[in-house]
Amino acid sequence: MSDDQTTQIREAIQSAIAENPVLLFMKGTPDQPMCGFSARTVAILQSVGTPFAAVNILPDPRIRQELSGLSNWPTIPQLFIDGEFVGGCDIVTEMYESGELQQALGVEDDANGQAAPEAQAQEPAPLTIENRL
Amino acid sequence: MAATDAPATPEELKTRIETGIPGATAAVTGDGHHFNAVVSAPAFQGLSRIAQHRLVYDVFGAEVGDRIHALSIQTKASETESSA
Repeated sequence: MSDDQTTQIREAIQSAIAENPVLLFMKGTPDQPMCGFSARTVAILQSVGTPFAAVNILPDPRIRQELSGLSNWPTIPQLFIDGEFVGGCDIVTEMYESGELQQALGVEDDANGQAAPEAQAQEPAPLTIENRL
Repeated sequence: MAATDAPATPEELKTRIETGIPGATAAVTGDGHHFNAVVSAPAFQGLSRIAQHRLVYDVFGAEVGDRIHALSIQTKASETESSA
């Protein structure tokens, strides 16, 4: 019955990953993260200063299900850079602290060696995956 | 489905990681829902961080996000005796 919709969700996820150079799948939105790990990852991306798109996985459980099937990764958030899965909150934090994240994002590494920033509300526009279905 | 309805404990997670990944040493803290695991294993050598973390997640399968609500992971490749 819902096979068509599930396929649509999977395809929407795949095209979102292909179309957005920096894409974060998260719980909630950058303005209103609904989980500490998502909030922390948003804060790191904002601190690096790179624009990023975000998909809220909460509105439909199938988004998370299909995403985890594609990425072979069980937890949220999940960061993709240039179509490649980079990691979740722990890996993004480690990469930020070592400067690898800044390198992967092609930005100046002025935060090397700094502790990851705490979560903090700010701007970027969330990309709502529903709009693509 | 969760393997059991009993709340997960840091001790349980530690034992399962050390049993599931050969030669692994784990330090686990947590409150029954949110856990943090620091894991060293020779099996991590040569693997990307993603692959290292997947090995740890794989120990718990579908329990991650369910019975084990959140699992933070830090991994480290530990030395093996035979380094050519």
